[in-house]
Amino acid sequence: MNAVSLQEYLVVSALLFCLGLLGVIVRRNILVIYMSLELMLNAANLALAAFSRFNNNLNGQVLVFFIIAVAASEVAVGLALIVALYRRRQTTHVEDLATLRL
Amino acid sequence: MEPVFFYIFAGLTLLCGGLVIANPFTRNPVTSAMFLFLTILSMSGLFVLLHAFFLAAVQVLVYAGAVMVLFVFVIMLLDLKEEERRRMKLAAVVLGAVATGVIALAMIGAMRHSRVGLGLESNVAEGSTIALGKNLFANFALPFELVSLLLLVAMIGAVLLSKKDLR
Repeated sequence: MNAVSLQEYLVVSALLFCLGLLGVIVRRNILVIYMSLELMLNAANLALAAFSRFNNNLNGQVLVFFIIAVAASEVAVGLALIVALYRRRQTTHVEDLATLRL
Repeated sequence: MEPVFFYIFAGLTLLCGGLVIANPFTRNPVTSAMFLFLTILSMSGLFVLLHAFFLAAVQVLVYAGAVMVLFVFVIMLLDLKEEERRRMKLAAVVLGAVATGVIALAMIGAMRHSRVGLGLESNVAEGSTIALGKNLFANFALPFELVSLLLLVAMIGAVLLSKKDLR
């Protein structure tokens, strides 16, 4: 059996990214939308790690490290925002949060 | 043996990722969170196959450990019983699926045509902790320090946002 190629990793990454995008578009619960965002970040991480491995260059993995740190802080702030929003409006359903809509 | 594990982990990642966004049995956010947990675990399996051992460990520790616990805590704090009963709009589901399907086909088609990474060998870069740490502190010391600042700002922001009376 021959080894797995870069393209297969990239295809998995693209599919995972599209799953996350689909979740952001389709789901109406703001928490699930947030989880879909995490899926998209993970897909980018996978592509970066695959490129790093196949190009013999560790900088891609360093970038993944930074992305994980940024994602962790983003989740902390975003979930605090969601909790503050829920405390004021008693909902996590995005269609009830239409104050800024024209 | 590597392709077998690759297909197992890739299939698990995509399957659990799909169940995060659309579970046919329940729409409870806790189930989504648990499937996101499984997605992250199988992603760390893919990282191991890519010889990114440190990233696999960090993925489990930070994502599966910290981020998912945060998600579950917030789900616990919010009372989401009423949210489960709402239906998704069929038009939105169909349009979203078509749009993302087209995007996926475009990306995969572009990869097929560009023949990216065709001559590249996969047995060189080792993502061991030593190599990664040396690279991180030799070439990326300033971004590393900036990340610590970012984490501090995020912590202060989270504390401020969750205060009782937001002014």
